[in-house]
Amino acid sequence: MTAPVPCDICIINSILLLQVTVRDALNQAMDEELERDERVFLLGEEVAQYDGAYKVSRGLWKKYGDKRIIDTPITEMGFAGIAVGAAMAGLRPICEFMTFNFSMQAIDQVINSAAKTYYMSAGLQSVPIVFRGPNGASAGVAAQHSQCFAAWYGHCPGLKVVSPWSAEDARGLLKSAIRDDNPVVFLENELMYGVPFEMSEEVQSKDFLIPIGKAKIERQGTHITLVSHSRMVSLCLDAAAVLAKEGIECEVINMRTIRPLDAEAIETSIMKTNHLVTVEGGWPQFGIGAEILARIMEGPAFNYLDSPAVRVTGVDIPMPYAKILEDNSVPQIKDIIFSIKKTLNV
Amino acid sequence: MCVCVCVCVCLSVFPCDYFFFLPSSLIFSVEDFLNGARVVVSARTYADFTPQATFDIKKCDLHKLDEGPPLQAVLSREEGLQYYRTMQTMRRMELKADQLYKQKIIRGFCHLYDGQEACAVGIEAGINLSDHLITAYRAHGYTLTRGGTVREIMAELTGRRGGIAKGKGGSMHMYTKHFYGGNGIVGAQVPLGAGVALACKYLGKNELCVCLYGDGAANQGQIFETYNMASLWKLPCIFICENNKYGMGTSVERAAASTDYYKRGDFIPGLRVDGMDVLCVREATKLAAEHCRSGKGPILMELQTYRYHGHSMSDPGVSYRTRDEIQEVRSKSDPISMLKDRMLSNNMASVEELKEIDVEVRKEIEDAAQFATTDPEPPLDDLCNHIFYNDPPMEVRGTNPWTKLKSVS
Repeated sequence: MTAPVPCDICIINSILLLQVTVRDALNQAMDEELERDERVFLLGEEVAQYDGAYKVSRGLWKKYGDKRIIDTPITEMGFAGIAVGAAMAGLRPICEFMTFNFSMQAIDQVINSAAKTYYMSAGLQSVPIVFRGPNGASAGVAAQHSQCFAAWYGHCPGLKVVSPWSAEDARGLLKSAIRDDNPVVFLENELMYGVPFEMSEEVQSKDFLIPIGKAKIERQGTHITLVSHSRMVSLCLDAAAVLAKEGIECEVINMRTIRPLDAEAIETSIMKTNHLVTVEGGWPQFGIGAEILARIMEGPAFNYLDSPAVRVTGVDIPMPYAKILEDNSVPQIKDIIFSIKKTLNV
Repeated sequence: MCVCVCVCVCLSVFPCDYFFFLPSSLIFSVEDFLNGARVVVSARTYADFTPQATFDIKKCDLHKLDEGPPLQAVLSREEGLQYYRTMQTMRRMELKADQLYKQKIIRGFCHLYDGQEACAVGIEAGINLSDHLITAYRAHGYTLTRGGTVREIMAELTGRRGGIAKGKGGSMHMYTKHFYGGNGIVGAQVPLGAGVALACKYLGKNELCVCLYGDGAANQGQIFETYNMASLWKLPCIFICENNKYGMGTSVERAAASTDYYKRGDFIPGLRVDGMDVLCVREATKLAAEHCRSGKGPILMELQTYRYHGHSMSDPGVSYRTRDEIQEVRSKSDPISMLKDRMLSNNMASVEELKEIDVEVRKEIEDAAQFATTDPEPPLDDLCNHIFYNDPPMEVRGTNPWTKLKSVS
């Protein structure tokens, strides 16, 4: 028989921070939302009996069964359409694409059937669906499996597009996405799945939600604003840590949402730092950085820029396979540091 | 002195213009009769007419089905009048749309349904309004059978605020309860329909989804993907191919390696139905609905039908088929004529009665057209609304950076 736990130890336990990987955060978010609302269900390739191609849906089929966790054949256009139809008829599907590269096969259903319907029907027909899966570059998977779709989906009215970075982002944004009554494209990152983050008790609560459309300042700074999303946020923070030793303080903004873009957060930061560098994994032309720069040009923050804003992006080529080539196809910390110094003219 | 009048009054004794039938419970004074008083009884309410009749319908070709629909259909007078009225309304509505399009009051795409009325009306007669339905872009007829009014359909075609989608959808994007449009992308509606069926099964309300597509769409890959999943998961889905023999300007022989569309579901049982006969369509739909509701999974119907108009208003429809062919279908297989002939030759209605319906329909269409041409266009501040559902108001960029427009749910 153990002695009852004294109160002061209880208090210490209750403020214990958990280390949670992005994968587990996503898993827990889905588990909680499946439990909370019977209309929520998950469908996609290998999501049920295989526990998920990247194990994001591990344990869910065992807990919820065939009705709520559905393995589909390898027919993206078909099952994405089925998911959208189910959403139209009152359910709340989570449609997983094994990677967003495969969503191209189904993109008509995402855009023409999901995104546009509420508008075309003048409010008669809503589509409460989440499309989720890993997006962007991975490691050694070559050209057809490495594309970033943030810009493509971010282009379209009627969609919300979300790109979490940390475990907290993944949890809060996925819950918000599932509870949102509109089509949400949820861009995860395979290389981030296994990365652990500290998660406070507040974040662990079942109703912890992160509002879609609001960016977060991950690191305060005064000399330059870095804007990024997904895995590149890690690189920005690493670059900021290196530069801090040289006396350059970078403000790192984690976009969290691609569409609607939180331009105000970026503008407010630029008005303080007077310099902007955007960092993304995707291709440069017509990309995320291109949109941010255009908005800054058109908005009040332009007058606060002391030098032209620039973009750090993936190289404008299909992704090669060989490691040395792949490593040089995406932004590295040194590329970010280089661009910051050029912008600051140091 | 009152007399209980017996069942029939003989014409030779009391000449009158109407042959009337008096039920035995009606009591008249003898004086009235002797004075030749004419008793007018509504020709509609009493069985001067045959209350119902049985008609032979064409046998359906079957695929992986042991039994087809019955070879005879019972039609009640009431049903007949209702089908007639609905088909006639549909016909006249489409013809009015043709007129308005030529006057440039309707713009863009306009795909007319005249000739195919028996399909929409027969299908609806075989299901309930609580069931679900989705189709492609030739959708005006279904919008009507699924509860839309002629007024709001026409006003949507003319792009006015009184339109069923407030003028924001147009011809191809009309919606009502349990009717998911109106879909512009060929074939995309088929997986959507199976998704609706999945929701029906999931929610356990014994509802089903009718999922329509044309002979052109029938070759789409996503339809075969849908057949597979619907069958695997036993979704309560009636797939219906409206085969009107032409996918835009391409005849079925030039588009499909197999034109047996009712067999294309392979492992899905199918039947080929005379789509010009509303009773045939109804009976087949009833069979299909029973199949779905009993948990057997999806079923496929091919309706052999015909469109009088071209593919759309920009297609005259005579470059890939002859006027003779169109005329032949009109004279031999018109769905409205077929029903009319059946009812008249079986004394289920009078010529005058049907004419009266025609007059009423014409008036309804005229009134609707009047509304559709005079109702104002949507207000400009509706431009950016309906982007998101259940969201707080947001700002939308206009055509230039200084223009910020408002959007509400």
